[in-house]
Amino acid sequence: MASETAAQLSNNLLYCAMVAYAIAMFCYAAELAFAPRVRRAEPALVGSGAPASELPPAADQGDGAERSDRLGRVAVSLTTLAFGLHLGAVIARGVSAGRAPWGNMYEFSVTGSMVVTAVFLVLLARKAEVRYLGLFVMLPVLLTLGLAVTVLYTKSEQLVPALKSVWLLIHVTAAIIASGIFTIGFAQTICYLVQDRRERRPVEQRGPSFMDRLPPAAALDRAAYRMHAFAFPIWTFAVIAGAIWAENAWGRYWGWDPKETWAFITWMVYACYLHARATAGWRGRKAAYVALFGYSTFLFNYLVVNIWLVGFHSYAGVG
Amino acid sequence: MVDTALSTAPEADREPPGGPVALGPLGFLRWMWRQLTSMRTALILLFLLTLGAVPGSLVPQQGVNPLRVAQFKAQHPALAPWYERFSLFDVFSAPWFAAIYLLLFISLAGCVLPRSRAHWAASRARPPAAPRNLSRLPVARTWTTTAPVPVVVEAARTALRARRFRVDVAGTAVAGEKGYLRETGNLVFHVALLLLLVAVAVGNLWGYKGSVLVTQGSGFSNTVSAYDTFRQGVAVGPGSLSPFSLRLDSFSVRYQQDGDQRGAPRDFHAHVMFTSTPGATPRRYDLRVNHPLVVGGTRIFLLGNGYAPEFTVRDGTGAVAFSGPVPFLPRDSNNTSTGVVKVPSARPTQLGFEGLFLPSAVLDPVRGPISVFPDERLPRAVLTAWTGNLGLDAGAPQSVYRLDTTRMAQVQMGGRPLAQSLAPGQTMTLPGGQGTIRFDGVRRWATLQVSRDPGKGPALVSAALALVGLMLSLFVSRRRVWVRASDLGGGRTLVEVAGLARTDSDRLGDEVDDLTAGLRAVAVQEPFDEED
Ligand code: HEM
Repeated sequence: MASETAAQLSNNLLYCAMVAYAIAMFCYAAELAFAPRVRRAEPALVGSGAPASELPPAADQGDGAERSDRLGRVAVSLTTLAFGLHLGAVIARGVSAGRAPWGNMYEFSVTGSMVVTAVFLVLLARKAEVRYLGLFVMLPVLLTLGLAVTVLYTKSEQLVPALKSVWLLIHVTAAIIASGIFTIGFAQTICYLVQDRRERRPVEQRGPSFMDRLPPAAALDRAAYRMHAFAFPIWTFAVIAGAIWAENAWGRYWGWDPKETWAFITWMVYACYLHARATAGWRGRKAAYVALFGYSTFLFNYLVVNIWLVGFHSYAGVG
Repeated sequence: MVDTALSTAPEADREPPGGPVALGPLGFLRWMWRQLTSMRTALILLFLLTLGAVPGSLVPQQGVNPLRVAQFKAQHPALAPWYERFSLFDVFSAPWFAAIYLLLFISLAGCVLPRSRAHWAASRARPPAAPRNLSRLPVARTWTTTAPVPVVVEAARTALRARRFRVDVAGTAVAGEKGYLRETGNLVFHVALLLLLVAVAVGNLWGYKGSVLVTQGSGFSNTVSAYDTFRQGVAVGPGSLSPFSLRLDSFSVRYQQDGDQRGAPRDFHAHVMFTSTPGATPRRYDLRVNHPLVVGGTRIFLLGNGYAPEFTVRDGTGAVAFSGPVPFLPRDSNNTSTGVVKVPSARPTQLGFEGLFLPSAVLDPVRGPISVFPDERLPRAVLTAWTGNLGLDAGAPQSVYRLDTTRMAQVQMGGRPLAQSLAPGQTMTLPGGQGTIRFDGVRRWATLQVSRDPGKGPALVSAALALVGLMLSLFVSRRRVWVRASDLGGGRTLVEVAGLARTDSDRLGDEVDDLTAGLRAVAVQEPFDEED
């Protein structure tokens, strides 16, 4: 059957993508490791005049810098290649099932991690300096794919009637995109917290570290905020589209089913984050912890609620 | 770097500590109000509401799954009363949950009102004058030119205007401000949340929701008594149900035939006939999941389905005491269904039957008779019989799916309970001439949910408004730009351009650079024109 061939092709492409991602991840790691350890100027000095997110150019262009840069370029090429394979896998899956390929948890994971890579590539295209994020993006992408092919794998099939709806398609698409962007924001928030801790120590006490290759904490914080602020309305839209779908399928737009409840919780926590950034005494680290908490509620909804607290949304297709 | 003048956070946030001591009652109230409408309180209430929702997903909820609530209560007899005391089985209508969101919304209203007033004033005010030292601002550019001061000022004014800044010229300095839509969006967003709450409340007060099981070939009319479960808002009057009636003509289902998800449903169709008002011509509708039928503002949804085996029961006198379909409830995904047949009119004693209906029956050596596929391939009814008093006259309401056997005896055969598996057309005969039951065939049933929610439309509009407001609020950046020209003497002019953004946007630098480039072009060319 043609659909089975396509499903098989999808699986094979995905394995190839994973290999490419893995090599890319090592290259990103090596890039950070081999980078010359520039002792960056204090943020206060950088701050005035030039936008703080600009990295000072790698000062002493030695052997290390060149090697590191080459590794980075290789990593980006590999990421692009992996993304192409990944995209192929998603399309083949869609062809085999004859519908949008995000109808169960396996497909959601595969497509969602592809969005993470896509967002990262877009950021790279706009501004090459985000290459530092490579390692922190490849890691969750590979973990998600690993989980998908081992635990969540489901054969390519049609959908149960409740899931056949345009609004569901819109809802899940928006949710996938938002979660992809939140994932990048999450990675940046972690980088920010680590960098911030480092910057709090006096310069003499900071050992050499690859963190020197990353932008200063203030810039990371801003970048993370921008990611979250971008994803939040998309998530809001996803929740609204979900409510419209629920209204069409079951005659109530909101029923506090566990899945809905956790979508609400995630939304609220990210709203808290946006508030916290505007509240005296909460900016900076505290707000960042709220963002991490928001991401963990998303993960909880996705992994725990889907599998253990199933409600109306018999969606997972696992087991 | 954060300029408080551009911040929209309520003033109360910056209140000096001191508290309500020695303020007098009015002062105390004012202090309380300030506390309630402060950003910090809003943040805390947001957190509390979030935390409050968590038990609502972990503890079974009455409104979501009453069956699981009952199970939970049976399994945890010691814990359940405590849960009940804190409304944990009904978190989302619990008093404490309502208290949190009402406080939050009062805080919201108390926060939005003064901010709206301030924003109204700000959006008609002139942009603030340039600070003395422009080079101290986060984005600043300086250069000298030969263009005279007025030319630079005029060029700056037109350039800012062209960029749709609100512009004010004061002496040798130009002040521009842009992005008022940010604050507008933020206010729209928060007001829309208030509207959303109102819409939900309207739906709860003026809406209703009922579910009803309809067997193929029968129907119901829209009255409260027709429903198996019914919930209505307090404002719903007796005459407010729209007077339609509906009949289920046939029901068809398609299942996945093979593979991993064999037996998963793929398509449900309920073919119904409905009349919107008594006497109107009946019309057909093909009711499907995600395709509700709308009759006069009331919507009818297909929720579930199952089998209703048909039986004919003859009692001890040989008379037909019962005949017709009996809905059985599916217990698993292969539609292994259970149900009971109650025959109160049987003579000399009442009869009751407990049964399994298996659409595709097999006899599993371990689990006994079960169904292995949800569709009808080898339908069997497995029955056991009881005689005695069904207890229907006791006054207490009884489930139609369960037999109250306290005053009944199970019919025995050879020292063991009588149990027989029947194919369609087969009959089970009770020993001692107590009667017979014939398995005639099987029909489908569907559960329909009927609901009316007048708050639904307003809720959607509020949600859409909130989304638009949110996007404006997050993507528009409010910024100020100043240009100052100072005569340095000797035909040279110092031009200072500086910008200040309230947002964490890094585009301001580019914007100022762009403006600077434009100004530079003007500032170099103009002198020649002037001398013409
Ligand atoms: C229902 C509860 C609330 C929710 C879900 C909520 C959500 C949000 C969100 C998502 C934002 C970020 C978008 C933006 O910057 O405009 C925001 C901003 C803001 N909220 Fe709320 N909010 C709520 C209640 C409140 C209350 C009670 C107050 C007043 C004390 C308030 C004051 C503000 C302010 C001042 C901002 C702007 C922050 C800034 O300057 O960036 N909000 N809110």
